[in-house]
Amino acid sequence: MTAIERYAAPQSLDEALGILQQGEVTILAGGTDLMPQTKAGRVAFKPTLMNIGRVAGLKGVTLDGQHLRIGALTTISELLRDPLVAQHAPVLAEACDHFASDQIRNAGTLGGNINNASPAGDTLVPLIVLDTEVELASKPNGSVATRRMPLAEFFTGPGRTKRNANELLTAVRIPLPKPGHVARFYKFGTRPALDISTISIGIAGVMRDGTLTNTRVAFGAVAPTPVRAPRTEAALEGRRLDAGAIEAAADAARDEVNPIDDIRASAWYRKELIHNMTKRMLDHVAQA
Amino acid sequence: MSLKHDIEFTLNGVTKRLTVDVTMNALDMLRDVVGLTGTKYGCGEGECGACTVRVDGETRNSCLMFAVDLDGRDIVTIEGLAADPKADALRDAFVEHGAVQCGFCTPGMVMQAAHILDTNPDADANAIKRGLEGNLCRCTGYKKIVDAVESACCGGR
Ligand SMILES: Cc1cc2nc3c(=O)[nH]c(=O)nc-3n(C[C@H](O)[C@H](O)[C@H](O)COP(=O)(O)OP(=O)(O)OC[C@H]3O[C@@H](n4cnc5c(N)ncnc54)[C@H](O)[C@@H]3O)c2cc1C
Ligand code: FES
Ligand code: FES
Repeated sequence: MTAIERYAAPQSLDEALGILQQGEVTILAGGTDLMPQTKAGRVAFKPTLMNIGRVAGLKGVTLDGQHLRIGALTTISELLRDPLVAQHAPVLAEACDHFASDQIRNAGTLGGNINNASPAGDTLVPLIVLDTEVELASKPNGSVATRRMPLAEFFTGPGRTKRNANELLTAVRIPLPKPGHVARFYKFGTRPALDISTISIGIAGVMRDGTLTNTRVAFGAVAPTPVRAPRTEAALEGRRLDAGAIEAAADAARDEVNPIDDIRASAWYRKELIHNMTKRMLDHVAQA
Repeated sequence: MSLKHDIEFTLNGVTKRLTVDVTMNALDMLRDVVGLTGTKYGCGEGECGACTVRVDGETRNSCLMFAVDLDGRDIVTIEGLAADPKADALRDAFVEHGAVQCGFCTPGMVMQAAHILDTNPDADANAIKRGLEGNLCRCTGYKKIVDAVESACCGGR
């Protein structure tokens, strides 16, 4: 059945990257995606199963110059109660509050949520509108190399990313908010707990004198990956956030998403939700 | 056939050494290898909470954990909690409020309720409901469970 030939639980990043460099590795963090996916046969184990849970230095939230740095092994529960996240990225904490159940939040990691690359992954939309970068480490020729990439460019399809097989996602970096920064997250599910998003919306920008700039809008669960919404952003960028601009942006949002019918909702319903909730969120930003 | 791995962990205060299949989940290990059947299998996919155990002080769905990942960790199951005098008030409250009907969800409910009270001794009904979101009960309608936990919380002080 399984072809696992080796189990490894490295304690250092160096050791973990060395194992990855040898190829054909399944990475295990909290296991809340990997366990059900392998059990159901949707994901096959590679010959090496590497548990990264004991790798030192991959956990926790720190300030790194003008960035908030969050280690890949930081759990959703830890994000939810972290004072730096509450101060600098409250919209991420809000998304974590709508995430699964306490037991799953205690197990699930941020790195797992990102690498699982579900279009409905709840941290992804807020992280994208916060201009988050992922940090990927590898050890191609004996020494550790890292590269960074905007999270918005990281996803290539459901369960697929631009991470190379020899790379580990070590952390994300979020720029500290500028004065006037606003950010909102909205998740629609049919019940409050343990529900996969039907759609989710993230909106961020800098609000000054009633005008929104640096506009970021992203949607979850309306495409094969979480997506930025360039036309909705353009409808808002540099405009006064009045009723006309809000209506135009909500229309642009509805026209620009191309969701599917599935068990959670029809495409039509998703488009209406995107329109109505984008409008409501922008109304709240305008009134705040 | 499949690969096995040696692990050592603390189970209800006692050191355990076992050899487990690397793909085995912690729930199957507890029930089928160790023989502690208080932890229940409801759904096997993280939806019901019947398999809730405490791992290094935090509750987890044991059905979603790889047994090999228990290596070096501190595990408490409902059997361990039952032997802890601190949990007496909670158990009595479940009995007193009729918060147990068929009892299948009860071990998971009690594990999670104990965790809520440990981490938030001032939990009100709302906080208790939120904390129990990952635990399904098909019998009680939840009200009696929430009442029981609330009374254990404030009655215990
Ligand atoms: C009942 C249930 C409810 C859920 N509800 C939600 C929800 O509301 N919202 C939501 O977004 N998700 C939800 N999930 C999904 C899951 O819990 C999250 O995606 C979680 O964050 C995954 O983290 P993990 O550490 O458990 O990942 P794992 O299962 O350990 O790993 C997930 C994937 O990422 C890879 N990976 C992990 N870490 C790294 C790394 N550092 N570098 C490279 N690759 C890595 C693994 O190889 C695997 O492919 C739910 C899952 C269940 C079972
Ligand atoms: S059996 Fe683990 S959550 Fe249902
Ligand atoms: S008492 Fe029967 S499931 Fe809760």
